[in-house]
Amino acid sequence: MVQTPRFLPCGDSAVTVEFGTTVDPELNARALALDEALRSQPPAGLLETVPTYRSLTVQFDPAVLDYDALVRFLTQASADLKPRQAQGKRWRVPVVYGGEHGMDLDSVAESKGLTPHEVIDIFSSAIYRIYLIGFMPGYAYLGGLDPRLVTSRRTHPRPKVPSGVIMIGGEQAGIVPMEMPSGWHLLGRTPVRSYAPERDPVFLFEAGDEIVFEPVDASRWDALERAALAGEPVAEEMRL
Amino acid sequence: MTDLIVKSCGPMTSLQDWGRLGYQRFGVSPSGAMDRRCLAVANALVGNAPETAAIEFVNLGGTLTAEGGDLLVALVGAGCTAHIDDVPVEPQTSAVLKDGQTLRVGHARTGTFAYLAVAGGFAIEPQLGSLSFHLRSQLGGLNGSALKAGDRLPCRDASSGHAAMHLPLPIPEESGPIRVMLGPQDDYFTDDAINTFLSAEFTISPQADRMGFQLTGPQIEHARGFNIVSDGIVDGHIQVPGSGLPIVLMRDRQTAGGYPKIATIISVDLARFAQLRPGSPVRFRAVSRDEAAAAARGFKDWIAALPSALNPLRFDLTTEHLLSTNLIGGMVDALGQKVSEPQLET
Repeated sequence: MVQTPRFLPCGDSAVTVEFGTTVDPELNARALALDEALRSQPPAGLLETVPTYRSLTVQFDPAVLDYDALVRFLTQASADLKPRQAQGKRWRVPVVYGGEHGMDLDSVAESKGLTPHEVIDIFSSAIYRIYLIGFMPGYAYLGGLDPRLVTSRRTHPRPKVPSGVIMIGGEQAGIVPMEMPSGWHLLGRTPVRSYAPERDPVFLFEAGDEIVFEPVDASRWDALERAALAGEPVAEEMRL
Repeated sequence: MTDLIVKSCGPMTSLQDWGRLGYQRFGVSPSGAMDRRCLAVANALVGNAPETAAIEFVNLGGTLTAEGGDLLVALVGAGCTAHIDDVPVEPQTSAVLKDGQTLRVGHARTGTFAYLAVAGGFAIEPQLGSLSFHLRSQLGGLNGSALKAGDRLPCRDASSGHAAMHLPLPIPEESGPIRVMLGPQDDYFTDDAINTFLSAEFTISPQADRMGFQLTGPQIEHARGFNIVSDGIVDGHIQVPGSGLPIVLMRDRQTAGGYPKIATIISVDLARFAQLRPGSPVRFRAVSRDEAAAAARGFKDWIAALPSALNPLRFDLTTEHLLSTNLIGGMVDALGQKVSEPQLET
C-alpha cells in the first residue's frame, strides 16, 4: 500500500518529501522517481532536488515559488509517480582484496568464523544498490550486504582511509572516492575513481545504479590504476 | 590582463560566490559565501552582479598587489579595514588599486568573514558551475585550492567606466535572537527539549568553521533516539547528535546526515549567525513560514536595490537620494529588525 508522503519543513527555502523512515529499495525507488519527475518538468523557482535513502529534499526560492503551491504540486506528483524512465546502470567494479589493499579482511573473516576466501566469495556474489551518494563527492552508500557479513563499526575510526577502498560498516558497504576518515572495515581496494574532477564524466555512479564487485589479482593493480589515472572509467557498464 | 597577486593571507582565505547548485546528488556541498549580505555589497560597490565570486577572508587579513593594470576593488565585512599603500579606504567604499600598489586587508574585528570584490570578477574557469572553493571536494577556488602567498588571480578587468562608489547606509546588524523554523525532525525531541532550545542561551564554541558551528549550552534531550536513516541537509539545519549539543550546519556541510534536525535557521539570518565569533552568546526564536518567507523576499528586494543606493564617492549623501530608494524598508524586512506590522504582504 502506498501512503501519502510527509512534508518536513527545512526552513523557508527547502522541504523534505519523506516516503518512509527505513532503508528500503521501494522507498528509495519512489524518491528517485519523484526526483526524475521534478527534473523533467521543474516548476519555476525550483533550485535543486537531492534524493536520499527514503526521501527527496527539494530546495526552492521562496520569492518565486509559494510553499503551499509547491506542496500541492509535490503531493500530486507523488500520487502520479510512475516507475523511473531511466534504468539504473549496473557496474562491474574490479577489486583487489586483502593484504595492503584490504587490511581488515582477515579480522572480519575471523570475527565471522569464515575464511578470507569465503568473505571474498560472499561479498563478491551480491548485487549492491546505490541508495545514496553523499558524505563525500561520489561516495556511494551501498545496500545489499549479505547478512553473514554484517559487522559493527570499529570502536576507533581511522582518521584516513585511501581512495578506492571497498569497506563495510553495519549493514552497508561503500566505495571511497577520495581520502577520508572512516570507522568501517576495509576489505579491498579498486582503482576505479567514482569522482574525478578533471574527467568527463566527473561522477561515474548515480543513486539507483547497481554495483557488482569482481575480484582481480593484485598483479593487475598497477595497470588498472594507470588506466584510471589516465581518465578511463575502469568500472565496466554491464548489459542488463 | 591585470592580475591580483596574493602576497600574504590566512590559511582559509578562498574564492566564494553564491554557491554550487545541482551537485548535492553527487555528494558535493553547495559551499559559497558565508555572508551573502557582505558579498552582495562588495560586488555592488564595484558594479558586479551580487553573486560574483570574491575573496573570502576568514578572521585574518592579508596583502595583495595589482600587476599589469588598475583594479577597482571593494572590501566589506567583519569590520575589516583596507589600506592602499598605507592610505585608508573608507568603509563600504570601492577604491582603485593602481598597478603596482599594495592593498592591505586588516584582521576581522566584529565578525569572521569579509569579502574582497574586484570589478569584472576573476577570469578563472568555474568547476561544476561555481568558483566556490570546497576543501573536502578539492573543488573551485584557484586550481581546487584555498589561496596562499604567491597566487596570481587573473581579473576580467572591467574597471574602466566604474568610478569608486560608496554605500551610505550601514549593513544592519540587529541583536535579536536568531530566527528559526522548527523541523524537519522536531518530533524527535521532547516538548521540554524544544522549550529549552528556544529559551536557553547557547555559546558558539571554538569548533566553528565553514562546515558547521558547534554550540555549547544545555543539552537537548531526544525523545526517541538520535539515529535516523540519513536524509537531506540544507544550510542552517541545526542537528543534535548523541551529546545533546546542537551543531549548526553551514555552507560546506555534508549533503546528507543521520542525526535529527530540531530546527533550521531562516535563510536571511544565516549570514548574521555566521558572523558570530567563538564565545559569542546566541539565542533562537521560532517564527512562522510566512514571516520567514517574507524576510527572504525582502532580502532579495534589498539586494536588487543595492546598485541604486550607491553614491559616487565625491558626492555627499543627500536625503533625497536616500528617500528615492527602497533600501531602508527592504533592509528592515530582510534583516528582521523589530517591525510592528506585517511587511510585504502578498
